Amino acid sequence: MEKGAIIKHDLKKAPKTGSWRYMKPEVDKEKCIGCGTCVSFCPDACIEMKKHKDDKRDKADVDYEFCKGCGVCAQVCPVRAILMKKN
Amino acid sequence: MSNSKNNNKLALTGGYAAAYALRQIEPDVMPIYPITPQTPIIETYAKFVADGEVETEMIEVESEHSAMSAAVGASAAGARTVTATSSQGLAYMHEVLYIASGMRLPILMVVAARALSAPINIHGDHSDVMGSRDSGWVQIFCENPQEVYDKTIIGMRLAEKIKLPVMIIMDGFNTSHSVENLEILDAKTVKKFIGEYNPEHSLLDIENPVTYGPLALQDSYFEFKIDQEEAMGKASGEYMKITKEYEKISGRKYSLFEEYQSEDAEKVLVLIGSAAGTAKDAIDDLRKKSENAGLIKIELFRPFPFLEIAGALKNAKEIMVMDRAQSIGSYPPLFSEISVSLRNVHEARISSMVYGLGGRDVFKKQIERILEGKFKEKYLT
Amino acid sequence: MNKDLAKKLAPGHSACAGCAFPSIVRTILGEATTPVVISNATGCLEVTSTIYPYTAWNVPYIHSAFENAAATISGVERAYLAARKKGKIKKKIKFVVFGGDGGTYDIGLQALSGALERGHNFLYIVYDNGGYMNTGNQRSSATPYGAGTETTPIGEESSGKVELRKNLMGIVAAHNISYVAQANIANMADLKMKAKKALAVDGPSFLTVFSPCTNNWKFPTSQYVAIAKLATETNFWPLYEIENGKYKLNWEPKMPKPVADFLKTQGRFKHLFSEKNKPVLAQVQKIVNEEFARIAGLCEI
Repeated sequence: MEKGAIIKHDLKKAPKTGSWRYMKPEVDKEKCIGCGTCVSFCPDACIEMKKHKDDKRDKADVDYEFCKGCGVCAQVCPVRAILMKKN
Repeated sequence: MSNSKNNNKLALTGGYAAAYALRQIEPDVMPIYPITPQTPIIETYAKFVADGEVETEMIEVESEHSAMSAAVGASAAGARTVTATSSQGLAYMHEVLYIASGMRLPILMVVAARALSAPINIHGDHSDVMGSRDSGWVQIFCENPQEVYDKTIIGMRLAEKIKLPVMIIMDGFNTSHSVENLEILDAKTVKKFIGEYNPEHSLLDIENPVTYGPLALQDSYFEFKIDQEEAMGKASGEYMKITKEYEKISGRKYSLFEEYQSEDAEKVLVLIGSAAGTAKDAIDDLRKKSENAGLIKIELFRPFPFLEIAGALKNAKEIMVMDRAQSIGSYPPLFSEISVSLRNVHEARISSMVYGLGGRDVFKKQIERILEGKFKEKYLT
Repeated sequence: MNKDLAKKLAPGHSACAGCAFPSIVRTILGEATTPVVISNATGCLEVTSTIYPYTAWNVPYIHSAFENAAATISGVERAYLAARKKGKIKKKIKFVVFGGDGGTYDIGLQALSGALERGHNFLYIVYDNGGYMNTGNQRSSATPYGAGTETTPIGEESSGKVELRKNLMGIVAAHNISYVAQANIANMADLKMKAKKALAVDGPSFLTVFSPCTNNWKFPTSQYVAIAKLATETNFWPLYEIENGKYKLNWEPKMPKPVADFLKTQGRFKHLFSEKNKPVLAQVQKIVNEEFARIAGLCEI
């Protein structure tokens, strides 16, 4: 054990908080306008803007490893491109 | 005392002796907050800073709670860190004392031990430091200014060696404000003895970020506490090694406790701190009257040297323990430690007395009466 | 995982689903142009981000106790000055404190005041969720008038907290520090601007950021941004700065919404909508109007 409980960040030791989720955000990539609003409001830093097909603008993409399914992304989306669905 | 070439003679109070040792240590950071009778230490040190004699960053915090908190922050940031306090100040720090030791931070604190309120009393006793005896700090007691000077230097080295905080304790006023002749080492010798401080972790190490003070739950907290106990267990061995090394440069010898005429004594007095001087005088006189008496003066109170004490007391028929603190509702602290030390070892008669609370003087006559078996009460008022 | 966002505070923390403070922390620290060292008061943020053996913090971080985050950073900052003097460190570092309102308005106020007065180079951020949320929703001096909490429960004789929120912004500003601002996570551009300014100060600076609490304010986990937005649109949470002693309102709604629009989104104010509590509800509106007028009155035109 670390002397004095002094620890270092190691993502491998992180609890996978995705297991908390009972609702799952799904991005409708056709509807998404790539504004990025959802990204910075996500408490768990789960959303990235990623290339989607040949679209000019990157689209929101959710990584579910840590996503707790809070639904903030769906709520802040200005075009309702994210829907919360049963996990 | 030695005539070592490194020593100079000076007449200093205990408070000044502590400040003098700290000047030679020259810590990186020293959070300070005034309280009687510790204040001369920080005032003296502040003048050293003002005169450009040391480069220490002093932080004039707004309370002792913040003094210890800032000390924790500074030490976690890799700084050699010291502070000083007394009485209510130590009580106010109480919460953070456990944090300092739990994080294994080698903070050095000089304490001019004083009574606790209420009623308020600014004079010496051990109520304050006994209140922090379970906080995970090493506790080293001093009898006089010479010991304060020497043990402040020894304490800094010990803290950084074992990664635990250390308290250097002197009696408020009796020692902190009494002038005595003492020998001091030259600055270079002290610097060399203390060495460079190279912490394992630091909050300032941006490339290797660490988290201090996480939440440890039922599955891990216990193990961290066991680890602290183990580290404390090693402290007395390290203390002995360091004092031996210190003896080489100073000619002055320190141990877990001092045995004064106690080896062949039937009656042994056990106490801590400045009253030892008076007790030694009393024993000298009694020995002339053929009373077979001796003294054991505890120097290292945490960790407590149980086995060594048991060995030292094995020939004693009567043991009188004088506490300068109470544990209201139970036996006083030193008495408890001595009783535990003797458990299963032998059947000496052991008695408990409380003296000196709130700065009450203890006289040679009183100690003589104890050793002569004439004093049968609990309180030496 | 969004690696860019997770650089300083990674996911894997155990904050409630839909908690506001992870975004507050990331948004503010995202504006830092130098390395940062964090001191964190005991509270939700600390407890949820450092459960052994995992720490979500990928920057140097210390948690000591509830009331001493500002005193702790004082020591860290002076250790830095000592190391710089000795040439052991050359990089510029900014020192940052996060505390909740309990750890700031109440138990940590003395340590905060001391650190502000001494002028350490640190930014103190209070994420204000109006109560002791980590211990299960007790009233703090930041709890709004009329709010029901576990220690100001609603009953026959009680309509919630009866005192007003402590004017911490005024208290902090009275230390004559150069930058003090109140911000809201829902107004992200404004928050970023303030974080940037506050981090650029060479000395103490202070931010109060509105941090809705899904669990104890009692609203659905998806709503923190929407509720925070309403707080400012109703003038419940004005956005303003005190820069070198000068007050500046950063945004003012042309037609402020009634405060009831904000209150009705949360279970802690549910009782205010009963017939009996109509006067209390009116009083909340009066307090909001007066407080906004007071701040606006201090601002330069």
